[in-house]
Amino acid sequence: MKLVIALVVLVVGSLLFHVLSPWWFTPLASNWHTVDTTVDITLYITGAVFVAVNLFMAWAVYRYRHRPDQRAHYEPENKRLETWLTVITAVGVAAMLAPGLVVWADFTQVPEEATPVEVVGEQWQWSYRFPGADGVLGEVASRYVGPDNPFGMSPADPAGADDILVSSNELHLPLDRPVKLLLRSKDVLHDFAVPQFRVKMDLVPGSVSFVWFTPTRTGRFDVLCMELCGIAHYAMRGQVVVDTQDDFDTWLGSQSTWADISSQPAGDPDAGRLAYATCSACHGPEGEGNPAMNAPALAGLETWYLERQLRYYQQGVRGAHEQDNLGAQMAAMAATVAAGSAMRNLTAYIASLPAADSDATVEGDPHRGAAHFNTCGACHGRLGQGNHALQAPRLAGQQDWYLKRQLENFRRGIRGTHGDDNFGHQMVLMARSLQNEQSIDDLLAYVNTL
Amino acid sequence: MQHTALADQTLELHDPHSFVTKYIWSQDHKVIAIQYGLTAVFVGLVALVLSGLMRLQLGFPDTFDFITPSSYLQFVTMHGMIMVIYLLTALLLGGFGNYLIPLMVGARDMVFPYMNMLSYWMYLLSVIILMASFFVPGGPTGAGWTLYPPQAILQGTPGYDWGIILMLVSLAVFIVAFTMGGLNYVTTVLQARTRGMTLMRMPLTIWGIFTATVLGLLAFPALLVSAIMMLLDKIVGTSFFMPALVSLGENLDYTGGSPVLFQHLFWFFGHPEVYIVALPAFGMVSDVLACHARKNIFGYRMMVWAIVAIGGLSFVVWAHHMYVSGMHPAFGFFFATTTLIIAVPTAIKVYNWVLTLWRGNIHLRVPMLFAIGFIFTFIHGGLTGLFLGNVTIDLPLSDTYFVVAHFHMVMGVSPIMVLFAAIYHWYPLMTGRMLNDALGKAHFWLTFLGTYAIYLPMHYLGFLGVPRRYFAMGSTDFIPESALSLNASITVSALIVGASQLIFLFNVFWSLRHGEKAGHNPWGATSLEWQTPDVPPHHGNWGPELPTVYRWAYDFSVPGASHDFIPQNEPPDAAHPTSDEHDERGGAI
Amino acid sequence: MSLFSTLREKPWEPQPQPAVPGPAVAADPMSTARTALRFIMAIVSVLFFLFIITFLSRSQYPDFQALAGQPWQPFTDTSRLWFNTALLGGSSLAMHWAVMSARREQLNHAVLGVSLGVFFAIAFLLAQLDLWQRLSALGYYVNSNPANSYFYLLTAVHGLHLLGGMVVLANILFRVWYDDSLASLSGPLSLCAQYWHFLLAVWLVLFALLASSPGTINALAALCGF
Repeated sequence: MKLVIALVVLVVGSLLFHVLSPWWFTPLASNWHTVDTTVDITLYITGAVFVAVNLFMAWAVYRYRHRPDQRAHYEPENKRLETWLTVITAVGVAAMLAPGLVVWADFTQVPEEATPVEVVGEQWQWSYRFPGADGVLGEVASRYVGPDNPFGMSPADPAGADDILVSSNELHLPLDRPVKLLLRSKDVLHDFAVPQFRVKMDLVPGSVSFVWFTPTRTGRFDVLCMELCGIAHYAMRGQVVVDTQDDFDTWLGSQSTWADISSQPAGDPDAGRLAYATCSACHGPEGEGNPAMNAPALAGLETWYLERQLRYYQQGVRGAHEQDNLGAQMAAMAATVAAGSAMRNLTAYIASLPAADSDATVEGDPHRGAAHFNTCGACHGRLGQGNHALQAPRLAGQQDWYLKRQLENFRRGIRGTHGDDNFGHQMVLMARSLQNEQSIDDLLAYVNTL
Repeated sequence: MQHTALADQTLELHDPHSFVTKYIWSQDHKVIAIQYGLTAVFVGLVALVLSGLMRLQLGFPDTFDFITPSSYLQFVTMHGMIMVIYLLTALLLGGFGNYLIPLMVGARDMVFPYMNMLSYWMYLLSVIILMASFFVPGGPTGAGWTLYPPQAILQGTPGYDWGIILMLVSLAVFIVAFTMGGLNYVTTVLQARTRGMTLMRMPLTIWGIFTATVLGLLAFPALLVSAIMMLLDKIVGTSFFMPALVSLGENLDYTGGSPVLFQHLFWFFGHPEVYIVALPAFGMVSDVLACHARKNIFGYRMMVWAIVAIGGLSFVVWAHHMYVSGMHPAFGFFFATTTLIIAVPTAIKVYNWVLTLWRGNIHLRVPMLFAIGFIFTFIHGGLTGLFLGNVTIDLPLSDTYFVVAHFHMVMGVSPIMVLFAAIYHWYPLMTGRMLNDALGKAHFWLTFLGTYAIYLPMHYLGFLGVPRRYFAMGSTDFIPESALSLNASITVSALIVGASQLIFLFNVFWSLRHGEKAGHNPWGATSLEWQTPDVPPHHGNWGPELPTVYRWAYDFSVPGASHDFIPQNEPPDAAHPTSDEHDERGGAI
Repeated sequence: MSLFSTLREKPWEPQPQPAVPGPAVAADPMSTARTALRFIMAIVSVLFFLFIITFLSRSQYPDFQALAGQPWQPFTDTSRLWFNTALLGGSSLAMHWAVMSARREQLNHAVLGVSLGVFFAIAFLLAQLDLWQRLSALGYYVNSNPANSYFYLLTAVHGLHLLGGMVVLANILFRVWYDDSLASLSGPLSLCAQYWHFLLAVWLVLFALLASSPGTINALAALCGF
């Protein structure tokens, strides 16, 4: 009897849960309303079967429960009944399958006018490439990939010169124009998924897959990697910003082409030496850092990281949070560095300063810290040496009190939460996997040994 | 191969005498079955604890210091692999298959007892290798139970060095163990049935186990092939699955391999694997339902045909796991169609279970509670399979929590409900004692309601688009705060369900000594395993003479018979009302 | 089809009862062993079938260079492979002769046949090892090209199956010797011989595949839809 009640309650409860649930598909932002329709058809058919079969079972358990002197009916099989059930089931299955196949046919046929855009996935970030004025994406290959050529552009293919390279997790797309995303991975499997667009597809290293859709409303949507890709899989996020055509054109115009990037001259350290005089007051003549001035070590950091941070300070991406007083000081100083060759020269000089160890100020258990550092080392290197390909700066030799403050800033959302901070959000997620001060101290004690 | 079943006349010669030959190096299928069972339950408990740790992290993120992103992935991977292979496959086939096949077909033992023993020891070796990976540098692999290359063997994945190697070696050893056991199961069913036991008189349990074993024998080679080739990619540097790639900024020497090829091989094994787990469960639940409803299984022939059809079809649906894998999209049409076709025989099985209850005489004993619970969870899990099998609906739902909820419902909870039904049903035969009824009911209610409270809400996280295998969600533009509390409630349910398994364990060990004596055939079952001269059956099973079978396994409530069941080995004239043979055996309830 | 008529039986209806009175008997060891052998051959066939399918699929990637076709490639001249094939074929023939002799109860011939079979099988394995070393010496390493990888992999897996067969054969001979029941040799030996013929057939397929020119491989791959 209890079982009968339980079965009925579970059926009714499931229906209620479905009706009352606030958790459902996110509002659609693409042309794939047909996907939603297919889901609805399947939901109604399966829902009806769920209710009917379970209520029949509950009734049977109630009606034919054991009572004294009762005997079961003896009937080995009933061909008519079984045939009918088979036919009805087959019809129901066909009713679910047919719309699915029709929509899939649409999915496999990309409209002629769709604009091609390349999505590049790598552990654990996204970047994008537009074909540029000639409408053709230049040839790429894994063997060309290097620090100065993250997209692996072939130097021999002239079609690549005007390709627009977006080394950022943020992709802009124009409203109401079909787009064909060509998906390419540099290392392992990834999956480009935006829940609001409904469609997703894996990125497979060694081949190019595709997915197409037409964005139907403006806004900012999260891109999530949905194929397990390693330790920081959950932190591999990006964004799609759907713009009006004008906004999109403006944005695209502000991006650099492969020709721009490859022709940029390297910085000149000697020219940067003079400009460094201002910095040395706090950061020390050798860039060794100064706890008394709350100034971290700069020696050992590479140009790409220094440039990005200076730019972030200038643009208010870093140091603008109301609780980040020290960052605000640095933002004021960074504002005095002119963009372009001046900044390149300055960072080139700093990068030429020899890396040195700094004094330990935190106390912790380096052995336990080593376990935490497993996660950090995936990007920052097993020796904390940093990794340009992953945009991860050097940690070894850095002042530990500075690292501690930054970890706390990340944890509390003071740093890394600005919309334009492409890599900070990863550190926010990562820093949150350290639950207390003791873990941070242990970790830093280990970093000090590197 | 000559150590075939005991020759009938020389029973004593083969009897084991010392403790070691009786319980350790035993060649008796019943002892091997229990060895398999205990080992599987032990690793299953490890996997259960791992799932609890995962749920703690998901339900209460930023709380537990010892769960790092790496260890989370390692928990996910080991939980999945252990549950699918080392618990479910081993317990259903190595455990119940071993115990029930000879008894149900009327054989003295498996046809190759020595190989059967080797099978268990190889299985134990594979478990030890797997467990060893917790203690090697870098820990176990965290590549997900699917072990997809390239990431499984590259830096950036936990356990990419020792962990993955041990995992692949352990799988290879497991496959050897399974093949040795499986050869025994199929040969015993085909060659060692007692007189009168025609194929169509076999209980559905045997049909399920037999078909699943054939599937296993033909599907596991695909896993072996992929494991060998991935090991070579990892150790020797071949490029079977590894394309040219840049791993964490470093150009590696691999060229031109195909990661999707691995996925095809993996799922060519992986989908039949679902039915390797499901078919024995289908069979056993059929017998439990028929016995406790005192009614023949409805549409026996249709049930057999459905088992065979599902087994055959399961080899042509594998790529429905790969709709969004980047394979050629045209495959989607074919595999969506075959996948939805397989729903038809599966639905027929469900109807026939429910129709077995219809006009029955239902005793709601604990095994029956679990069996009916299974029907409910299986209907739910089967219907959500129609979402994911349909290629279009898979686009938004694949790799979300909908998938997790679906497969846990259909091949986690459902087979485990059957396993519990089977344990409560056959425990009296295995030990001679009944399991405690009150504890059994408490265990059922907590498990049944608890698992539904875990997995029903999880589907809705999937509709929302929450991705699986995420250590933490962080902040997104589409996941509301309320999803966090939903996750917390799922975790609480999961912990309750996990803890309630202690009731079961306690019951199993307590009843071993203190349970009510079961006596002969306490449920009034018809199939042969309950008709042995001794309970529990002795070595050799049948005493001096093998039984002869006169009827099918479902003669319940036959009109005109004196009892509501007629055992398979009862001669036709003995079934008349004048016979009192069964009162002596104390059969009917 | 007997399978279909079996599956259409209605087991609840009265059926002819077992004809022979007296106790039921246990299964016949030879027929169980034969059933098991059929399953083993089916499993091994699936194993090699899957390897070959992946071979054909992998062959369609641009870095694949078949081992035959051009004059400088090692298997364009197949004489070495034919020599090895002859060794394995000899082994198979000797086993066959041994079975025939055992059936005619000419035990000396049977023992000689088995010895020759084992001798040729071992010679085949050594010749395969030698082939490995020659290829390595020519610079065809296991990881330098997928075609090479497949060559080493497939021959190794095939060789392991032959070794496994020899272990079983040794077991049979030992037991027959130990029980002094040479007369009962022919049954188990004929199963062994079947397995030997089966492995010879597998080897011929592998041979054909590994010594195929790119054109043949591409045609096969196209046939499989790659």
